[in-house]
Amino acid sequence: MTALTVVRPGALTTVQDLGRPGHAHLGVPRSGALDAPAHRLADRLVGNPETYATLETTVDGCAVRVDTAVTFAVTGAPCAVRADGRPVAWGAPVRVPAGTVVDVGRARAGLRSYLAFAGGVAVPPVLGSRSRDLLSGLGPQPLTDGAVLPLGTPCGPPATVDAAPCPAPPSDALVLPLVPGPRADWFAPTALDALARGAYRVSPASNRIGLRTDGPALERSVPGELPSEGMVLGAVQVPPDGRPVVFLADHPTTGGYPVIGVVPEPALTAAAQAVPGTRVRFAVVRAPSSPSGV
Amino acid sequence: MSDSRDDAPRPLRVGRRALLVEVADTAAAQALHAELLRRREAGTLPPVTEIVPAARTVLLDGLDDPGALAADLAGWTVPPLPPADGEPVVIPVRYDGEDLAEVAALWGVPEAEVPRVHSSLDFRVAFCGFAPGFGYLTGLPPELHVPRRATPRTAVPAGSVALAGPYTGVYPRSSPGGWLLVGRTDAVMWDPGREPAALLAPGTRVRFEVAR
Repeated sequence: MTALTVVRPGALTTVQDLGRPGHAHLGVPRSGALDAPAHRLADRLVGNPETYATLETTVDGCAVRVDTAVTFAVTGAPCAVRADGRPVAWGAPVRVPAGTVVDVGRARAGLRSYLAFAGGVAVPPVLGSRSRDLLSGLGPQPLTDGAVLPLGTPCGPPATVDAAPCPAPPSDALVLPLVPGPRADWFAPTALDALARGAYRVSPASNRIGLRTDGPALERSVPGELPSEGMVLGAVQVPPDGRPVVFLADHPTTGGYPVIGVVPEPALTAAAQAVPGTRVRFAVVRAPSSPSGV
Repeated sequence: MSDSRDDAPRPLRVGRRALLVEVADTAAAQALHAELLRRREAGTLPPVTEIVPAARTVLLDGLDDPGALAADLAGWTVPPLPPADGEPVVIPVRYDGEDLAEVAALWGVPEAEVPRVHSSLDFRVAFCGFAPGFGYLTGLPPELHVPRRATPRTAVPAGSVALAGPYTGVYPRSSPGGWLLVGRTDAVMWDPGREPAALLAPGTRVRFEVAR
């Protein structure tokens, strides 16, 4: 069997694919790669379907030894990539011989890099996905020193590119579109203005569950808690401390704090790459043809 | 929408792909959930990724045109929750929970009566959440509703059968929790290697029985 051995697990490296949507009614988060476009690109570069699992690193990358000749690619947060210490391309397929140590370096910008191998990381799926869900603990454990991960059989030729275009991670400010509702009416009229003014910064307490923010507390007009209701990816939930949390892939499926608005899914890629301290501004947009008047 | 009936489902927009449909109470949410499943089965509901019932709402996520469904929903007449058919899931319980005496006091019955009363009721999973496989079961009459603990426990053992507000629940795994514990079960509530992984899903009928 073809496999990887973890040489340096990094701060937090998890196996991710496109997640397990469709199980929220059982309390199962969707999970999946936080920067989904980067995950998909990494898979395409090595000739995988986009459903194949990659490794998602956090801040300081990871290193693994391959026991067979294999093609890999690194996308997402830009970083130095080395094969047995030799610099190789980022954002392009790289072929290495058996025994090579592939090292994904510290992110130069952004937070999360994606390391794909031809054939994909072939751990057993749980409810149709190999993603590690950090909220409920489904899927394979985060990488640890010496852990061995199976690789699948390559099924397609790698892409013929030298360097794939990737969007740059947000640098000075993260601008997130926000569709108000469903509970915007639980907040003072000033709350949406506060979000639009960009008075928030990405909190270091952010994780795969949510992008937490530091900044002024949003003022409520309706006190108390809401009976639990279903939560979507990108929901901006406001807990009692008044500081908005943008729900990311491992978010809880239900919650009892009001959601002032929702960040559409395509914008969450930038949220997933925003380093702590980045200024956050919400650009209020309306949903088209809103029949409920929200 | 001033022309809406008071009991009509009230759709709220949630971003660009979802609707949160608000109804009067948990029974109405269960009825709407059952109607949504019936329409999905019949092929008359637009494609949707998630149907998530909760206390007073049902979330529909992954819709191509939430506006069109919202307009349609306001005119729906949702039939009351039909009587559950088929056999209930039976969960054997050792009624020896740490909060049994407190529950007995809140109910105004002797401690030995709690198992008899709790195991005589018909429950139904209103919704799931908190953890994979954790169901919020309705079926306690209002006079048997109990408050949460003021201070949650940091660890409630897996299989704990517990009460809070109008709900009964079974902890699928050890986790923090503030519900009042009445007993334990050996039933496996969640096993990702099993099909289905969750013993309880929204709509499932449940009875508890006193374990011998």
